[in-house]
Amino acid sequence: MNPFTPSPETAVHLSRVDKAFRHGDLVTPILKQVEFTARMGEMTFVVGPSGCGKTTLLSVLCGTLDADAGEVTTLGHALHQMSPAHITRFRSRNVGFIFQQFNLLPTLTAAENIAVPLRIQGVSAGKAIPRAREWLARVGIPEKANERPNRLSGGQQQRVAIARALVHEPALIVCDEPTSALDSATGHQVMDLLRETGRASQRAVIVVTHDPRIYSYADCVAQMEDGRILRVTASVPDAPHSTH
Amino acid sequence: MTDIGLRMLFGDRAKYAMLVSGVCFATILMTQGLALFFGILGFSYATMTNIRAPIWVVDPLVQQAGDNQPLRDTDVNRVRSVEGVAWAAPLYVGNAQARLLTGGATQPLMLVGLDADTLAGAPTKLVEGSIHDLRQPDSVVVDARFLEMMGALRGVQLKLGDAFEMNDRRAVIVGIAKVAQGMAGATYVFTTWDRARHYAPAQRRMLTHVLASPAPGKTEAEVAQAISRQTGLRALTEAEFKRMSARWMLFNSPIPYVVGLIVGIGFIIGLGVSGQTFYTFVLENTRQLGALKAMGASNLKLALMIMTQAGIVGVVGFGLGVGVMSGFFAMLPEGRAPLVLLWQIPVIVLIAITLICMGTALLSVWRVTRIEPAIVFRA
Ligand SMILES: Nc1ncnc2c1ncn2[C@@H]1O[C@H](COP(=O)(O)OP(=O)(O)O)[C@@H](O)[C@H]1O
Ligand SMILES: [Mg+2]
Repeated sequence: MNPFTPSPETAVHLSRVDKAFRHGDLVTPILKQVEFTARMGEMTFVVGPSGCGKTTLLSVLCGTLDADAGEVTTLGHALHQMSPAHITRFRSRNVGFIFQQFNLLPTLTAAENIAVPLRIQGVSAGKAIPRAREWLARVGIPEKANERPNRLSGGQQQRVAIARALVHEPALIVCDEPTSALDSATGHQVMDLLRETGRASQRAVIVVTHDPRIYSYADCVAQMEDGRILRVTASVPDAPHSTH
Repeated sequence: MTDIGLRMLFGDRAKYAMLVSGVCFATILMTQGLALFFGILGFSYATMTNIRAPIWVVDPLVQQAGDNQPLRDTDVNRVRSVEGVAWAAPLYVGNAQARLLTGGATQPLMLVGLDADTLAGAPTKLVEGSIHDLRQPDSVVVDARFLEMMGALRGVQLKLGDAFEMNDRRAVIVGIAKVAQGMAGATYVFTTWDRARHYAPAQRRMLTHVLASPAPGKTEAEVAQAISRQTGLRALTEAEFKRMSARWMLFNSPIPYVVGLIVGIGFIIGLGVSGQTFYTFVLENTRQLGALKAMGASNLKLALMIMTQAGIVGVVGFGLGVGVMSGFFAMLPEGRAPLVLLWQIPVIVLIAITLICMGTALLSVWRVTRIEPAIVFRA
């Protein structure tokens, strides 16, 4: 039996989670009996070598991918027991996404891109766009409201993505390699911004990365290797600490 | 959400133009195929378009308008004596040959002999001369195209008052009529029924049809039935005779296959080109759609978005196609090309285009439901 009961400050809890990918007869286990916890108000980092299963873990905990076995409790919802339609609605209300490749819609302006999570929830363009503009100001580029993504630098695009992840004020932000496509200085600016605007007492931020330059932003670090969480520490001992 | 879909669609002008032109092309192909179909169908009953009468009486074996079987001269009076018939008039329709007075090769034509008293069935659109001059000796009224043909093929431009020969008899042009083209491009020459006897190749019987009209208060259908019953001949209303002729052509000529092929190719090209372009458009947007899905857009919302996109492409492409075709038809010389743009054609094509777009949209929606939202994390 799993003795875990979600405490108020627990945002995400995974227990004995398995996930494998199948190609015909070939079954490749990616997550192996994973135990993982992330708390509200913290920035939790999942670090580890490329291919160890970090992105898969992130997908499972935010509900974009089903686990094969085990329990996934996110923001008090038992995702492993929910129907796909419920999980989709859960994501639209509770999860903000920040991707390595930004994934902004190229034909929409910056403000329109930021408004997308609100539009998905059914908020009209008339109400969503002004809120998107406020968020654009908070991420420091208010003058870019009507620009399309291809007219923005990588750092600016990731700022737009941060605004998009926060505009509907979700309780969970998931970030997959948010700085990998950026140079070091821009990466630090983006992480500073994320820490300032994203960290809140009623929100958990989970960052997956193999970029040691940003480990120092973590409140808590889960080290992963070959589909398992090896250890959880308050910081990474062998990573450079105060580079920002 | 649909406005986001529209921005996706209009955002890439080149791709949008490709999508629309596929539908437009399919619309053009199908419209012109169907117009050709109805145009050629019109040939099958050109006789009834050019010779107007409420009721046609023919030999019981006649299957279609082009089949001119001889009747007995006395059949006119037998029809006349049927209760409910207001008038009945003899008519001759048959082949004849024209030749210039100076000799040379002959030109085939359709000879129409009208009742001299009533001129029942006479052409209504005369561009020159008068139909009543048919009562003068040796007079004929010719189809405007007959003059063109004689001019082009026999080298002499005949005009009102000029004469030519049929069966070695003089024929003086007293009128020029505008009539619909018959099958195999036949041109018409009208004269009186008595005179047709001299112009036509020698034959025993000179009556091919009896034209009739119902008395006031009677319908064409009931009088036609009465005539059939009492005379043993076949009496048809104009509409029935047209329908019968069209149906005969449908089942007895290769034309429907040829035209069906054109329309079918239009449909398949529409489905292939538009369908494939749209599907590719959706595939290329997989990442964007995946991002929307990850952010919590339901399959239903995305399906509505895709269907709106497909609908817009369909409507715009169809509108352009119909516009192009209307312009094209407006430029055609009147009554010459075997193309008829009935109002039904755009309706039929619209249904076909709707099917194409719905099929395409459904395929794309199916594809979208299979997009894993987790793909957005992959680089
Ligand atoms: N959809 C998938 N199908 C098959 N294999 C996959 C799929 N997604 C990820 N993998 C494999 O799973 C392993 C772990 O991937 P991932 O979770 O992305 O690792 P990380 O983010 O730590 O680099 C990799 O070897 C990857 O190739
Ligand atoms: Mg990864």
